[in-house]
Amino acid sequence: MNNNAKSSGRTAIYIATWICLLALTALTVTVAGMNLGKYGALTSVLIASVKASLILLFFMHLKYETLLLKAMLLGTIATIAVIIGLTFFDVGIRY
Amino acid sequence: MENSELNFYNTDGRYKGIFSWILSTDHKRIGLLYLTAMFSFFLVAVTLGLLMRLELIAPGETIMTAPVYNAVFTVHGVIMIFLFIIPGIPAGLGNFFLPLQIGAQDVAFPRINLMSWWFYMSGAMVILISLFTGGGAPDTGWTFYVPYSLKTGTNVTLAVFGVFLLGISSTMTGINFVTTIHRLRAPGMKWFRMPLFSWALYATGWVQILATPVLGLTLLLLILERLFNIGLFDPSRGGDPLLFEHLFWIYSHPAVYIMILPAMGVVSEIIPVFARRTIFGYKMIAFSSIAIAFVGYLVWGHHMFTSGMSDISRIVFSFLTFIVAVPSGIKVFNWVSSMYKGSIDLKSPLLFTVAFIFLFSIGGITGLVNGALATNIHVHGTYFIVAHFHYTMFGGTAFAFFAALHYWFPKMFGRMYRERLAKTACIFLFIGFNVLYFPMFILGWEGMPRRYYDYLPEFQSLQVISTIGSWILVAGIVIMFYNLIRSVFRGEKAGNNPWGGSTLEWTTSSPPPAENFEEVPVVTGGPYRFR
Amino acid sequence: MKEGHNSHKHDFEGSKLGMWMFLFTELLLFAGLFLLYSAFRSKYSQEFHSASAELDRMIGTVNTLVLLTSSLTMALSINAIKSGRKQASLLFQCLTVSFGLVFLVNKYFEWGAKINHGIYPNAPELLQRGKGDTMYYGLYYLLTGIHGLHVFGGIILITIMMILTLKNSINREDYVRLENSGLYWHLVDVVWVYLFPVFYLIR
Repeated sequence: MNNNAKSSGRTAIYIATWICLLALTALTVTVAGMNLGKYGALTSVLIASVKASLILLFFMHLKYETLLLKAMLLGTIATIAVIIGLTFFDVGIRY
Repeated sequence: MENSELNFYNTDGRYKGIFSWILSTDHKRIGLLYLTAMFSFFLVAVTLGLLMRLELIAPGETIMTAPVYNAVFTVHGVIMIFLFIIPGIPAGLGNFFLPLQIGAQDVAFPRINLMSWWFYMSGAMVILISLFTGGGAPDTGWTFYVPYSLKTGTNVTLAVFGVFLLGISSTMTGINFVTTIHRLRAPGMKWFRMPLFSWALYATGWVQILATPVLGLTLLLLILERLFNIGLFDPSRGGDPLLFEHLFWIYSHPAVYIMILPAMGVVSEIIPVFARRTIFGYKMIAFSSIAIAFVGYLVWGHHMFTSGMSDISRIVFSFLTFIVAVPSGIKVFNWVSSMYKGSIDLKSPLLFTVAFIFLFSIGGITGLVNGALATNIHVHGTYFIVAHFHYTMFGGTAFAFFAALHYWFPKMFGRMYRERLAKTACIFLFIGFNVLYFPMFILGWEGMPRRYYDYLPEFQSLQVISTIGSWILVAGIVIMFYNLIRSVFRGEKAGNNPWGGSTLEWTTSSPPPAENFEEVPVVTGGPYRFR
Repeated sequence: MKEGHNSHKHDFEGSKLGMWMFLFTELLLFAGLFLLYSAFRSKYSQEFHSASAELDRMIGTVNTLVLLTSSLTMALSINAIKSGRKQASLLFQCLTVSFGLVFLVNKYFEWGAKINHGIYPNAPELLQRGKGDTMYYGLYYLLTGIHGLHVFGGIILITIMMILTLKNSINREDYVRLENSGLYWHLVDVVWVYLFPVFYLIR
């Protein structure tokens, strides 16, 4: 049945996503073991962002959502960036 | 209500008696519940304000001691900000009129709407309890600044928890309204056919969603610090008290736009109706609401110019602050242009609106004085600030709130108030307001600090004028409420559309039926079409 | 009133939109916490560096894997209900809840070990170690604690969904509540995806 085909197709996508997430976890732990100096933090946050995007896009179906919802999420992330960024005009200089 | 026809007052729903109100999911009933509660709290806070002015009639202790004065200005601020003006127009009138304006049956989540009112009431009750239990009423000022809010023995923890609950209520309302506007517009109600009040509520909704959680967190941290003493804001443990101020104002500056945006929406509704002319610059007004909501996130640092932030951040925040004036200016010019060559009918809603434009302009322009880094250092923490935010919040938001009450009164209750009495109240309010707050600009400029129960003898003449103003103002408030409350029960019947308004809420009967419209309205044009 | 397109009954798209907005508020809440973290990290980078070496990376990694897997089972449970496989959906929901509980039990042992060593807010031993450590562990307890509360909330939520599925109130036609609970659960996972490197890995 068409419905079943769709369902197993989605299952495949979810499992693939999960494997990628596990692999990225292994990667980030390995990278943290190496001494990358100040790039270590940056790498960790970048890998975390890739993982978060995978969860958002596939587990949370953002990939299949309307442009409106994507725009709203981007707006929220932009707001967060603005808040943290502007605070660093103070603390980044003062500390 | 003796109306023979069916309306939402005589359609009870699932419950009877008082429960048909406090368990109602009808947005109109919830709106009225909010209005009733809010104006009760408003009168309490007005009384406290009156007592503060009385204390200040002469130098030294007159009617209360310094600690009592500290508690009184704190409670006055907390009630006015969190219980009256933030929920104010959106939760009260927005609840009632948003679905009516966009042609919907109710809001998107009626049960969450009711729950939000219950959160509001629980928060209010917790705050009221905090005044009389534990160490007594908080004396920190409404901003709850550390370190004092961590050290004081007064009942800060409980009061802050109450405000936390109010934050949840406000967030729920925001989510509800934004979803409603996205999902429940009537057929043909395109975005640019929406009334400007709905646009303003949309922008406000987003601010409620994206700013209020930060307040929730800030208050939560304050409670946790008081309970567990983590030290995040305590320099002796490595913390930084300025981070509290940052977090607090990251919410509380956008929050002033939660207060003012719906007021601006109301003004954009009233002017076209009473000038019998379409609004000038519809899209600019709509977009400027969104712009204000966004720019509101960029300027919180201007509350902290003397707190010890880095110099660069002070310059950045001062610069960004000037940008906010642009969208606000756009609105003011558009309102004035809308009246130009209109056939103006100066009924009480418009009279309140014109008072709003005048007072808000003073508030806005003095805001630029505060936003400029150099002058801010001079006026920071003085009566100048007190005067400024009363001109924007009271002269601005509250006057627009009163205007909206008079504008929509016949729709809400199906009855009309006495027009002459309403105008008299407005004139009393306007004169009293200016006599009360204008001297504060001068006092502040001369160096009178805010939040003191005492002052130097040379300030007395202006302080006395200000106190006299408070009496005139309160007279206006009494006349207004007398007129409105009396008219709920004994006013003359008003027709469905006494003002000749052209937005959807005027097409249904007054008061509206429980389901708002007999048939789903179909919209074919913009909101403000007159002849 | 006829069932027009603007009737509020059974508007799944609307429910989902509302749920996403609620998630945005959660993001903002955690953004405030990450703001504190990044501020203090820039102030005490050396102390944060050494303090994070004391956390058990093993527990952190295991918990990450547990939570990621629970997200998979959550997604699969929705997938199952969509194609009408009630039993499978219930099984996956049950697995999700179990993984959530495993996460919390791990957390309990991790916190317990630290508290036994006298490291908790306002502990004399912690205060002795200096400002940087006090801030690091203060934030550690704050962020993982608030996150843990969200996991706990999610467990309760999904348990309720299991009951509703059992009662057929959630079924292949009406599963938006399960889907929304899933969105919440995934978001809690997203937050942990950042908490993990921030506390356990960045040295």
